[in-house]
Amino acid sequence: MTLDAWVPLLVLCSSLVPGLLIFGLDESRVRLRTTLNLAGALTKLALVGVMLWGVAHGHTYEVRIAFLPGLDLALRAGPLALLFLVLSSLLWLVTTIYAIGYLEGSPHRSRFFGFFSLCVTATVGVAMAADMLTFLLFYEMLTLATYPLVVHRGTEVARRAGQVYLAYTIGGGALMLLGIVWLYTLTGTLEFTPRGFVSELDPSHHPALILIFIFLITGLGVKAALIPLHAWLPMAMVAPAPVSALLHAVAVVKAGAFGIVRVVYEVFGVEFSALLGVTLPLAILAAATIIYGSLRAIFQDDLKRRLAFSTVSQVSYIVLGVAIASPIATVGGLVHLVHQGLMKITLFFCAGNLAETLGIHKVSEMNGVGRRMPWTMVAFTVAAFGMIGAPPVAGFITKWYLGLGALDAGQHWVLVVLAASSLLNAAYFLPILHAAWFREPPATWPEEREFGRRETARALLWPPLITALAAVLAGLFAAMPFSPLEWARFIAEQEFTRP
Amino acid sequence: MDTAVWLQSGLTAPILLPLTGALLAFVMRRRATPIGLLSVVALLGAVILQVPSLFADGPQRLAIGGWGAPLGVDLYADGLSVAMLLMTAVVGLGISLYAAAYFRDTPARGQAFWPLWLLLLTALNALFLSADIFNLYVTLEILGLSAVALTAIAGGADALVGAMRYLLVSLLGSLAYLLGVALLYHAYGTVDIALLAERIAAEPATWAAMGLMSAGLMLKTALFPLHFWLPPAHASAAAPVSAALSALVVKGSFYLLVRLWIELFGEIAGGVATLLGLLGAAAVLWGSIQALIQTRLKLLIAYSTVAQIGYLFLAFPLAVGTGATAWSGALYLALSHALAKTAMFLVAGNLLRFGGHDRIADLDRVVQRLPLSMAAFALAGVSIMGLPPSGGFIGKWLLLEAALTEGRWGWAIVIILGGVLAATYVFKVVGYAFTQSENPHQAQPVPATMEWVAFALAVAAVLMGLIVSQPLIVLEIGNPFGIQAEVAVQ
Repeated sequence: MTLDAWVPLLVLCSSLVPGLLIFGLDESRVRLRTTLNLAGALTKLALVGVMLWGVAHGHTYEVRIAFLPGLDLALRAGPLALLFLVLSSLLWLVTTIYAIGYLEGSPHRSRFFGFFSLCVTATVGVAMAADMLTFLLFYEMLTLATYPLVVHRGTEVARRAGQVYLAYTIGGGALMLLGIVWLYTLTGTLEFTPRGFVSELDPSHHPALILIFIFLITGLGVKAALIPLHAWLPMAMVAPAPVSALLHAVAVVKAGAFGIVRVVYEVFGVEFSALLGVTLPLAILAAATIIYGSLRAIFQDDLKRRLAFSTVSQVSYIVLGVAIASPIATVGGLVHLVHQGLMKITLFFCAGNLAETLGIHKVSEMNGVGRRMPWTMVAFTVAAFGMIGAPPVAGFITKWYLGLGALDAGQHWVLVVLAASSLLNAAYFLPILHAAWFREPPATWPEEREFGRRETARALLWPPLITALAAVLAGLFAAMPFSPLEWARFIAEQEFTRP
Repeated sequence: MDTAVWLQSGLTAPILLPLTGALLAFVMRRRATPIGLLSVVALLGAVILQVPSLFADGPQRLAIGGWGAPLGVDLYADGLSVAMLLMTAVVGLGISLYAAAYFRDTPARGQAFWPLWLLLLTALNALFLSADIFNLYVTLEILGLSAVALTAIAGGADALVGAMRYLLVSLLGSLAYLLGVALLYHAYGTVDIALLAERIAAEPATWAAMGLMSAGLMLKTALFPLHFWLPPAHASAAAPVSAALSALVVKGSFYLLVRLWIELFGEIAGGVATLLGLLGAAAVLWGSIQALIQTRLKLLIAYSTVAQIGYLFLAFPLAVGTGATAWSGALYLALSHALAKTAMFLVAGNLLRFGGHDRIADLDRVVQRLPLSMAAFALAGVSIMGLPPSGGFIGKWLLLEAALTEGRWGWAIVIILGGVLAATYVFKVVGYAFTQSENPHQAQPVPATMEWVAFALAVAAVLMGLIVSQPLIVLEIGNPFGIQAEVAVQ
């Protein structure tokens, strides 16, 4: 194997090995555990940085292991994989720091961080999978690695939430498996190929292909929380805040959305999907999810549930961008993979801070909280405006490209959806901001903890500030090289619009 | 001459080693444990040594004492036999290490365990190596009797009732099989499988023999609806015995049925293959649903075995047309099920030792208190439900591929549905392992060996899903599934 082949494996191992080691650690070895976590996260980030530079200069990083007859397990880091890799490795580092602060003194941290690392391993595996089989392997591993995090608290509510989570994800995974084996018996390959590998099949197979598309999208739609497959997501909110952050911004939901990107572009090919007539229903489903998620979010008083429904809505922007089937909308969808991650993780960090510091879990308890925790709420405000789509925060870029793409593809109804969604986003975020900044704080907070002169612990405060700043920078410097937007354009050129 | 002698000892070692061990352990009761462990380690070594010569020379046939078929006793080893031998040796070593710790506090039971257990291994290995249907009957009978006696070791009313029922079923099954053997011998004048394969014809005697032998073996394999005896027997036995019964013993009769089917009956069976498949499908669904509603862990695991055996029988109809893919799928599933199911029963043994009960709803935070055991259960569960990466996934993938290549949707849906149901019952247990019980109990210590053995076997089941090409190559040495494929081509 060449040196380049080792890099993807090392990227996997940089979280797998610390994860396995951490399982074996005694609960009291805090320093060693923290060192392992941070060393793993930094190593991964460095390796991904190397690959980012390499891919931009025309390298490919690929490794294969013989598996079933005619099928390999293969990892390849192309431009699309790197988009997801950079996001997940960056946010893993930030979330790890946050989780260390958040879980300080709570029980079973070795188990928590062990599964946390496995989760990230599965996510980078999903990002780098070079074929549908490898993808499935890591996709299911992600399901299994997140389950213990969802039931981490060990309460009856957590157990039920875990059951619901599994019912959805295992059911979806089973459909996906069926679709993948079927696809394999038709094509004899499962290798992700730019512009797809099924268009050569005889037209008599087209009904079968439509069914396979439905199976695959259903399996992926569960994790991407497309309606009506989204119900597990708000329930999974019983998990600790760093888990919610990871689930919503990096790992589970994104793996589903990323899988949809792969299936539409690199299994079916977007033009061929449009020919089959499956992109429009997908776009309509995404649009319905966007509106439905926002509508439900308005009526949630529980802050984390409100954010969860907001995720349901926001992730479908990615799917929408994919399904509009225009190069410009593609850029909008892909870039939202990163943008939504940055903004949503900020919001969850802030929600976690409110809960940990003041015991605030409900929107109705947030009156005047901006005075008590100004920095947290600044981060929250920035991310919320990003979600609404106000410039210069990153969310604006997404909506701009989605809108342009819709016009380009002649699908004007999408503009109505985007406008309605922005209004609804405003309807559920602005009241929070108004209450936090302009209402009088109550005499006592539900459950206040003192942190001296600081508003909260340092490890809890820095992560949301960093991610909020990143969300602003991604919007401000969208035209700079290596910005998410430029990289999304690079992907669109490299993989999709090339003749 | 030298090579011939070496080969001879190589092929007979898997039978002679445990047999010697059994006799020694019976005579020297005090030393039974070290003798048992030593025999099993030697057995594993002997089987591993077989693999290179199998690669180099292909399948091997050995006429014991120089008397060939049709008079003498022939041994035959191809990739399939060696794969089964390997499975038995690896799982056998795991169970032996576990048993050494398990019976430490009850030496009397331990002394009864070792000779029977080694005899069971002898019978199994002889079954995998025998090349004539009468010898196979003998191995089957020894296997059944030693398994029944092992079940009874646990003592207590449950175990004795379970063992008694098991004994009757086992005798009935062997009897039916023996009748079939007699019919075949009468009709074709030989009991050698290879010779029978040349002579066999589609006529009433063959059909009757097929019916009797298949029914007997189905009963012994506990294929739905003949599974009724399995849950009580497997659930009431001592943990290492439960593991051996579920992982190995039922595989013996299944292996035999596959052999007979491929070599003798497959071509004349007609619709019987579909019947076997339908029973298998019913077993998958019925066994899984029964597992799901059990409140005791060992019964849940036992019903899971009923369901997993059903999967193996799906290969019979699927092999028509796709041949090797379906058979390799089923056997891969059988191999990985052996590892995973052993791990599960051993974990159940640990939990019983730990809490004094195996009520699922009262597992009481074992995920924190016995993390290694729970990890073993979960990893084994991954293979049982067939999620990647695991041996179970590979088996199901191959079966699914066989089903969908021929467009047989019914079978495919059963395969998928069984996986989903398996996930449901596995995670039912895992979920309760996280919560606190209303009836907290005094925890008893569990020896570390008992936890690590279960964990290692579960990891092996998962690794079988990553290291795939080598086991598949071994399975196909000597083309054990080839006959079917040729027929399909013709």
